[in-house]
Amino acid sequence: MFYRENGQFKTSYAADQQIFPIAQDRIAIGLILAFSVVAVPMLASDYLFRAILIPFLIFSLAAVGVNILVGYCGQISLGSGAFMAVGAYGAYNFFVRVPNMPLIPALILGGVCSTFFGILFGLPSLRVKGLYLAVATLAAQFFSDWMFLRIKWFTNDSPSGSVSVSNLQVFGFEIESPVSKYLLCLGILMVIGLLAKNLVRSAIGREWMAIRDMDVAASVIGIRPMYAKLSAFAVSSFIIGVAGALWGFVYLGAWEPAAFSVDQSFKMLFMVIIGGMGSIMGSFFGAAFIVVLPIALNQLLPVLGSAIGLEISTAGISHAELMVFGALIVWFLIVEPHGLAKLWSIGKQKLRLWPFPH
Amino acid sequence: MKLRNLALATCLAAVGITAFAQAKEQFFPGLPYRTGPYAPNGVPWANGYSDYLKLVNARGGINGVKIIYEECETGYDTARGVECYERLKGKNGGATVFQPLSTGITFALTEKAPGDKIPLITAGYGRSESQDGTVFKWNFPLAGTYWLAADALIQNIGKKEGGLDKLKGKKIALVYHDSPYGKEPIPLLQERAAMHGFNLQLLPVTAPGVEQKATWLQVRQAKPDYVLLWGWGVMNSTALKEAQATGYPRDKMYGVWWSGAEPDVKDVGEGAKGYNAVTMQHGAEPNSKVVKDILKEVHAKNQGTGPKEEVGQVLYMRGAMSAMLAVEGVKRAQERFGKGKWMSGEQARWGYENLALDQKKLDALGFAGVMRPISTSCADHMGANWARVHTWDGKQWAFSSDWLQADEQILKPLVKSTAAKYAADKKLTPRTPADCQS
Repeated sequence: MFYRENGQFKTSYAADQQIFPIAQDRIAIGLILAFSVVAVPMLASDYLFRAILIPFLIFSLAAVGVNILVGYCGQISLGSGAFMAVGAYGAYNFFVRVPNMPLIPALILGGVCSTFFGILFGLPSLRVKGLYLAVATLAAQFFSDWMFLRIKWFTNDSPSGSVSVSNLQVFGFEIESPVSKYLLCLGILMVIGLLAKNLVRSAIGREWMAIRDMDVAASVIGIRPMYAKLSAFAVSSFIIGVAGALWGFVYLGAWEPAAFSVDQSFKMLFMVIIGGMGSIMGSFFGAAFIVVLPIALNQLLPVLGSAIGLEISTAGISHAELMVFGALIVWFLIVEPHGLAKLWSIGKQKLRLWPFPH
Repeated sequence: MKLRNLALATCLAAVGITAFAQAKEQFFPGLPYRTGPYAPNGVPWANGYSDYLKLVNARGGINGVKIIYEECETGYDTARGVECYERLKGKNGGATVFQPLSTGITFALTEKAPGDKIPLITAGYGRSESQDGTVFKWNFPLAGTYWLAADALIQNIGKKEGGLDKLKGKKIALVYHDSPYGKEPIPLLQERAAMHGFNLQLLPVTAPGVEQKATWLQVRQAKPDYVLLWGWGVMNSTALKEAQATGYPRDKMYGVWWSGAEPDVKDVGEGAKGYNAVTMQHGAEPNSKVVKDILKEVHAKNQGTGPKEEVGQVLYMRGAMSAMLAVEGVKRAQERFGKGKWMSGEQARWGYENLALDQKKLDALGFAGVMRPISTSCADHMGANWARVHTWDGKQWAFSSDWLQADEQILKPLVKSTAAKYAADKKLTPRTPADCQS
């Protein structure tokens, strides 16, 4: 009844090609943005910012990056943790070694470091595909673990190999309070998210999708596989690198290579698979699922337990959390193998017919 | 209408009770890991910590102030640890003190604690340079750091050789967990190596350390006179098994305290006989008074946290001692800010900085023979620089050395210079003597 595009006529190409062609979508997204920029900073508590919203935003950004590579270009990668690490340590080195380095350029330069690293470890993708490529990109993970543990220069010769940053500032504003950190992450996510969305709708995005769907056919119609694949690696690792830098700088404050272990790579891949491959929206769903759900379960289970008069031990909660989480992953993948983004679009389709489905 | 009034009244009463409770109860959050690869070491620590707090509560609390204890499982994951910290720090009127129990989480929380005004106790672990309280105002590596442990081990080896000067030309290998934790002792060992002229060989083991064949091949080739083991969890028993397989004598192996508890050697049993480890003061103390008290006043009433048999084991004692230090700091703060009152994190911090646990107090707490007196100050957040070495005889740990005191001549400059570098990186100004008084 409300969600229907009847009567919305497009009179120009620009109107037809905009990101959200339906007016209701534009209003909804405007409201969501306004809510997250204005209302959330006023309403959310300290805990919500620091423990849930900031990690969610950072991992959404990372998932957008992984989705470009895995979902749009079809190159399965297990090196995302390494790209994050390179971004974080790259930004750290620029931040510490260059006097008076501002924060935002440091983050971007961290992303640039990660871009080169990603292109380097994307080279095998020109020869190997599918699961073999996943194994080849795993090399990036081990290489970065080795590099940041053993080469002291990267960690500014700190004796323990752990690094930390402080005195973060953007245009003279201190990035210290949870609200400022949240707004910084949100701002970066909005800019990069918009760029990514436009990129996947453009010629280069269509090249990636062509490569994903059938690389032989794509090269026959004149798409250069090397250019398409390496550009996907470059763009994706830039975004992941910026996310990694934010993870280190904003969320952890002090980190060691273990913060970007292979676990993180798997986590990000799961975000993309559960959220929906080849969908920017899906990256957000996936990040919410992987980041927020375990924490919510961990807090909800003791409450549920005490409601039925059951005292669950700490270890018990932790085990139950893993079991429920695993069961939910399996359930979602069975119900909708194309991810939460697909569920979302099915929901929208149903809404168009509501309340009179035929 | 009546019903509504009744509901309102109960609500008000409930609010009143919680407000009262908040004012009267001291909140001690816990960040243990009872699951995951390091759980065998994390569980006894957490059990000891919670049992000791229960004992304090059974005896009426801290001068009448009861303790609330709540755990949040970290699984030794830094990101999860930060989430837990954020979750617990404001609960029940505010956290008194955090004990992160992980080097990674310690590093992350060191950046957050000053802003939240919550002290961190890292008894025996964490950043070694945080001993310098003029730079690390909120960190308390009470009664030991990894540098102290490494120093004590070298001294013990020197004694065995008949003097530190006899170490000249010897080869000592450090087999370490390749993480900030494992790398902590390296600066101190290098300092000692330059001093005494022994050769230090560094052999990193990739976490989690189940694959060590290559490392022990290197040990076999280099034939070091001693091996220092800076292992963690499953890495320890693997190292001991590999040593057995390569035929490296176990009595020439010295572990840090994370490598010197029952879970590390139990599976190897007889094969680990003769293996030594440094302890930050206490070892396995089944006969100490505090253990008997816990058994009698907590476990006998079916309120114990873990299995009864593990009470008094090495890591259990570590947890109990950490809890005792946390409680004693609050008690000390009460002496200044008001007996029987609730202490904020800031007030508790003063207590930790001015701890004065003499022998008499330790005896009264049941820690006689378990540990030595501790007294902290603004400049020294460690409070005691003593350690002992114990040896596994195939069935249990027994002390094999006298008390060893770390050499301040070596430790102090290292702490000062590393802390100064940290302060310079962070653009921190060290605290002035006036600030120390407050």
